[in-house]
Amino acid sequence: MSDSATPPAAFRPSLSELFRAFVLVSISGFGGALPWARRTIVEQKRWMTTEEFNETFALSQFLPGPNVINFSVVFGSRFGGTAGAAVALAGLLGPPLMIVTVLAILYERFGGLETLSRILAGITAAAVGLLIAVVAKMAAPMFLKRWNSAPVIAILAFTGVALMQWPLPHVFLGLAPVSVAFAWFKR
Amino acid sequence: MNDSPLITIAGYFALLSLFAVGGANAAIPEMHRVAVDVMHWMSDRQFADVFAIAQVSPGPNVIIVALIGYHVAGFAGAGVAITAMCGPTCTLAFFVARTWDRFKDAHWRIAIQAGLVPLSVGLIAASAFVLACTADHNVYAGLITAATAAVAYFTRINPLWMFVMAGVLGLSGWL
Repeated sequence: MSDSATPPAAFRPSLSELFRAFVLVSISGFGGALPWARRTIVEQKRWMTTEEFNETFALSQFLPGPNVINFSVVFGSRFGGTAGAAVALAGLLGPPLMIVTVLAILYERFGGLETLSRILAGITAAAVGLLIAVVAKMAAPMFLKRWNSAPVIAILAFTGVALMQWPLPHVFLGLAPVSVAFAWFKR
Repeated sequence: MNDSPLITIAGYFALLSLFAVGGANAAIPEMHRVAVDVMHWMSDRQFADVFAIAQVSPGPNVIIVALIGYHVAGFAGAGVAITAMCGPTCTLAFFVARTWDRFKDAHWRIAIQAGLVPLSVGLIAASAFVLACTADHNVYAGLITAATAAVAYFTRINPLWMFVMAGVLGLSGWL
């Protein structure tokens, strides 16, 4: 049970430590907070071993919704129950929300300015490139394996959402059962 | 359109969160489809701008939903959007965490997780495609995209530097 996975009391962070750790993760992480969560929790604070971290993160990936957000809740609840979950989530979302709200106000006021729209056009072009690199890294192993259903599923999902512009829930409900069935029988 | 936009935002993002396998970046095409094409909350370019702002902001990528919510209905819209996107799945995570040990090694659990990976790859690729259609409207923007993709794939340089350079290039009037 989860009690056996809980480390000795000496290593358990207090609620305020938990909050500060996730604040740090949230404001350090550009383009995804996961690497920073790993660095803070495993390498710096040593609240978890790499294996514990990976297992907890697997749970966060298994559940729907944003992975790092799920992770903060799972991690927080393991170390501090309901209060721990709330504190970790608040630490992870609070500072970025404040920053992004300020940026949103500035954008609504100055978004029409030629200067700003030029800068944002450049940044968007670069951000798209970053996404392409992320996809390429994820896709490379599945396209290198032979006799494998994964590339077909990935291409169908891409076609449905990007080219046919079908609603995501339709594409998901059509493809997920097939893909899971393939994974079930493969072993 | 007499319905409160807040209710629309809440229902829409709560639904979306359940299908967002692979995180917020996998849900970009669906957000784009609804916010731009179906609800006409924002223009194509405004959507691209909001995506860029979310990318240069620190923190989880899901923060983009707060920007969309703010654009539609101010502070309340931002709060409702992020709560709807994170609330249901966080609650689920909280309760599943207690029983995880019981099924973490189950065959069905591993099959579901493995089966969803190719879907998220396809969806994130679709995000890149939809955004490229909006952002790369000339050769120079396309070159910035290609260069960033190459640098991010082959090196470990912090992407923030690529954003800074791309922003400067954009400012200089090449795009």
